[in-house]
This record gives sequence, structure tokens and C-alpha cells, in this order.
Amino acid sequence: MKSVTSDTRVILICSGKGGVGKTTLTANLGISLASKGSPTAVLDADFGLRNLDLLLGLENRIVYTAQEVLEEKCRLDQALVKHKQEPNLSLLPAGNPRMLEWLKPEDMKRIVEMLSNEFEYVLIDCPAGVEDGFKNAVAASKEAIIVTNPEISAVRDADRVIGLLNSNGVKPIQLVLNRVRPKMMESQEMLSIEDVTDILALPLLGLVLEDEQVIVSTNRGEPLTLIGSQSPAARCYSNIASRLQGEEIPLIDPSKEGSGLRDKLRRLMQTKIF
Amino acid sequence: MTLRDILNKLLGRQPASAAKARERLQLVLAHDRTDLSPDLLDQMREEILGVVAKYVEIDVDGGEVSLETEDRMTALVANLPIKRTLSGALKLKEQDTENSN
Repeated sequence: MKSVTSDTRVILICSGKGGVGKTTLTANLGISLASKGSPTAVLDADFGLRNLDLLLGLENRIVYTAQEVLEEKCRLDQALVKHKQEPNLSLLPAGNPRMLEWLKPEDMKRIVEMLSNEFEYVLIDCPAGVEDGFKNAVAASKEAIIVTNPEISAVRDADRVIGLLNSNGVKPIQLVLNRVRPKMMESQEMLSIEDVTDILALPLLGLVLEDEQVIVSTNRGEPLTLIGSQSPAARCYSNIASRLQGEEIPLIDPSKEGSGLRDKLRRLMQTKIF
Repeated sequence: MTLRDILNKLLGRQPASAAKARERLQLVLAHDRTDLSPDLLDQMREEILGVVAKYVEIDVDGGEVSLETEDRMTALVANLPIKRTLSGALKLKEQDTENSN
């Protein structure tokens, strides 16, 4: 465990819109960073509707939350749920769905400071929306990853969140474009990668290809990066974790995914002829 | 134009939707970022035209006041073809108005 606090990377994972893949990204990045040797904590900042425990398969092991730690009813290490297969990763839920007292930004800051003493990475799974839960999470964060889908509603909400992060001095802010469907992009029935990066004016940390295996892994409570899957999304998550750790890994080129006859015909249809 | 575009035209299908998405998104973001509703923008347009019209005669139909956005910077862009100054002596942008007629 670490003793120096200042260089802990406290990363907010947010999107504005719900259902774009914040929690799935948090779970997979957490596992991936931990398996690459970085002690990592994932903090579920959404205590009204928490789900990070489910995605990590830890839902039955939660006893305390950040709230009990703040109230000094338990120690931090009692509230942290260590992942059995990946002991470098711990989960801390911010609170309990039945909680009456709402956390405040200062509470969130204190909890993250405590986590920073112990971990190299603190990933904060931000609640959807831009209300109190979001403000609490922003107050405790240093940098951010915006998750969005190539859909107008998700991009619009991401834009709003970027504005709020900018005015709160959170930086750097990087982009993860989730649920990319190469075929739809190629037939121009989906916003392209450039469309989204141009509009949001953020550096692209990574793409995640649409992948049915994500649903399968969620059913099992075993993130794709935990089981060493080589499915498209698993490779993408692992690449993103490596880039966070400073490795230079080229982006997946969605147009090169698939090499059968159908894909060749599809590419021919897209060739500019005049 | 691509083979797909031609095929779409021949079959009477709608063109690909990404361009439409991009266009709608850029417009809605320009408004979101400035917190200006289309109504307020219209009102502002009227007032700007009113002020400018005090000094020069402008081609109201050819004019345009819009929000444009690039790299998260939003600019209010007014493009108002001037027919002539109200002093009458000077004909500004004479060629422009001829072209538009």
C-alpha cells in the first residue's frame, strides 16, 4: 500500500446521461488497473441507485459504507470490500440506498483523501444527472473521464457535464466513446468518432466496441477484464487502462474490424466515386 | 457521393442519418452552451437589426444572425448585407446586392 498521497490519481467517471456505460467502465478499468499492478479503489458515488457492487459480483459482501466511516462507526479498512480474485482492487460504496442523511461535498472529499492514502488510483463512479450526487463527486475529483455513446442525447448531456467540470477546475478531462458499432459508423448511420471528438473538443482516451459479452459478464458479476476475455470490449477496456498508466497504445480502427466478404462489400459501398 | 448514396436515391430511401444527427447536435449545443433559447435569439436578432438599421440600410431578407460553435467556443455571427448608408451618398457592397438580386 502507498504512503505518498499527492500523486494518487482521483478520476471521476461521468456522463451526464444514464445508461451509457459509466459503471461498466469503472468496474472494468478498476479490475484492469489492479491486475496491471496498481492498487485501485472504486468508489460508488451513487448511493441512491448503486450498481457497481453488482457488476463486480460483490453485492453480498457489503457491510459498511463511506457513511459509517465518516460517522466513525467503523474503520476505512472495514468498509472496503476487497475483490477476492483481484485483491489489488477494493470497492467502497458511498452510502446505503435507505440512507436518510445525504452526503455533502466535504464528506466526499474526506473519504477520497482517506482512500488516497491507501491507493494509487481512486475511480469515482459518478451518478447520472447534474444534481447533488454529481456535485459531491465532482468536488472530490482531480481529473475526469467522460463516457458517451455516439448518440445525440448522450453527446448533448456529455457537453453539459464538460462545461460544469471546466468551471470546477477538473482537468484533464478525457473521452471514452462507448458502444461503437463499426458497421453503422461505416454506413454513416451513426455519428463518427471524429464527429464526437470535434463537437466535444476532448482528447480521446479510447473507444469501446459494442459487445454482447458485456451483458453476459454483467449477468455473472465478473467483469470482462477479470476473466481475461479477448472479446472486443475486453480488449478496449484493457487498452484504456494501459493508456491511463502512460502506455502508448494505438486506437482500434473500427473500419478494420471484420474482414469477411460482407465487410468488403460494405467498404466498397462507401468508396467515394464522385 | 458513394455507391450507397446512389443506391439510396434510386430506391427512394432516406439519406444516411449521421449527417442529420451532426447538424441537429451542433445547433442544440450552440443554444445549450449560451443558454439562449431560439425565442431569445430571435428577439436579439430583431433588436440588432433595429440598431444597425438606424445607421445603414440593410438587406433584411439576406441577413442572418446565428450562433456558431467550434472547439467549445460559441460565437454570435451576424451577416448583414448593407445596401447603402442612410446618408445616401455611399453605396456599400453594391456588387453584393446586385448579385443577390
